[in-house]
Amino acid sequence: MKLPPLTSLPNPVKSAFAPSGEGGPVIVNIGPSHPATHGTVQIIAELDGERVLRTDVHCGYLHRGFEKECESHTWHTVIPYVDRLNYVSALINDFAYCEGVERLLGIEITPRCRYLRTLLSEYSRLVDHLTCVAAGLMELGAMTAFLYLVMIRDYMYEHIADLTGARVTYSYGRIGGLARDLPAGWLTRLAEILDRYEVFIARVHGLVDRNRIFIDRMRDVGVLTTAAAIDYGYTGPILRSTGAPRDLRRDTPYLAYAELDFDIPVGIKGDNYDRYFVRMREMDESVYMIRQLMEMLPEGPVDVVDHRCMFPDKALVYTEIESLINHFKLVMDGPAVPAGEVYVAHESPNGELGFYLVSTGGGIPHKVHVRAPSFVHMGGVHTMLNGYQLADIVPTFGSVNMIGGECDR
Amino acid sequence: MTQGTLDTLRERFSADGLPAEIALGTLVVHVAAPAMHAFAAKLKSESGFDMLLDVTAIDWPGRDPRFDVVWHFYSTHEHVRVRVKTAVTEGSPVVPSLTKLYGSAAFMERECHDMYGIAFDGNDDLRPILLYEGFVGHPLRKDYPKDREQPLVPYRTP
Repeated sequence: MKLPPLTSLPNPVKSAFAPSGEGGPVIVNIGPSHPATHGTVQIIAELDGERVLRTDVHCGYLHRGFEKECESHTWHTVIPYVDRLNYVSALINDFAYCEGVERLLGIEITPRCRYLRTLLSEYSRLVDHLTCVAAGLMELGAMTAFLYLVMIRDYMYEHIADLTGARVTYSYGRIGGLARDLPAGWLTRLAEILDRYEVFIARVHGLVDRNRIFIDRMRDVGVLTTAAAIDYGYTGPILRSTGAPRDLRRDTPYLAYAELDFDIPVGIKGDNYDRYFVRMREMDESVYMIRQLMEMLPEGPVDVVDHRCMFPDKALVYTEIESLINHFKLVMDGPAVPAGEVYVAHESPNGELGFYLVSTGGGIPHKVHVRAPSFVHMGGVHTMLNGYQLADIVPTFGSVNMIGGECDR
Repeated sequence: MTQGTLDTLRERFSADGLPAEIALGTLVVHVAAPAMHAFAAKLKSESGFDMLLDVTAIDWPGRDPRFDVVWHFYSTHEHVRVRVKTAVTEGSPVVPSLTKLYGSAAFMERECHDMYGIAFDGNDDLRPILLYEGFVGHPLRKDYPKDREQPLVPYRTP
């Protein structure tokens, strides 16, 4: 095996600035694969000593043609791909995508499905925030807090696997329903996990919140104003950390959020500490919502009865010609979604997750576009990095929670 | 999302001679490409759409003009969205850049340029963002074959 010499390999990126020569600022390349970058991303930084003057952020290293691939799959078979956008809270991607298709079809989901999707969305948000906070703390050396948080997260992964059959990428949403109803005893175990969560989250608060080292690294670092956040399209916990109580669950209620009681935690100055604290408080709100939903969850079917998108009962497929044809058409042609366009946005753990779907009336989407919060956030992240220390890039970038899967698609 | 706000906005746009309709809960406005920058400026200052959510395009092969460029705006005060569409031809796929109005436009226009080859007049940084330097073609155009490979590093043969 003969490899070409290194110098002949083309550089995949062109930096926005070049070294200025002797005595000038130093250019440092961080990433795309770096133990502290919290994702596959490349930051080219111009440094004066240890101070960051300018940064040029490059994403796209995980681009795998998600949107192109969707254009040759049926509306159903897109669902497993959707899972792989934000792979830390895959259920929210599933539900947002399914709601988009349901809107095009004019389907209203059953009450049990609506409450279950809400419950699972909040459960996913819990998992996502736990991951983000845990990784951010670990990058600052807080190993105990990291282990406490990922331990709870692992209880949740195992618990969701009991329901969906997978730990991370679930493919659990269905157009018009869900893959299956809750197994016996699932809610009892959920209550146990939430109690455990409270014990360990209290320990993390005790270890971290008033820790001098943590405050020094986080307070007044990576500050973002509300005006800049809105200008750069920031949504979710980052926008809320600047003090703006903007949350799609409250502003444009979807699923069952209009019926729930919850607070929208906000920060005071939009720095790393606020982003940490907003996520911690949001997790408490999610737990509060899940407990309400466990009480409210109605009995009844989880799937709608609609032959355009729902698969017939397997027993009927083997015994009845109409169901056999129905099944065949759904697999081979896909659900016949009426022509039209729709933009559906859910409050994902990172911010506004939008699906822009264009249908020309067939079983295959004409276009599936994802408004991924992480990608939009990358467009403004330089404002949080410039002017701070090189070492501050690590906690700031961690608190932005860039997820390569949805950023690069 | 309030229906009343949407209706008021639709009437305001219709009064300006712009075709506007409400489709599946979103207000859709069609604007000619040269008028887009002025329209977006007005949208931001007069109608309160302070956030640019998304920029993308749709390829309609066989149609002339071939592309629709699609913007989604959001008002953080009124909690409504508006979709603005502009048709551009394959020969001259140029629309005005909104980078002067919205900071978020920079990255999203780069992505749209990568994927569809739409040029954003006024955005002087259209370097590849999801693709890489030297990539030929625009993968989300319908005439770009899904299986065309452009490896940056030659494949190793065993």
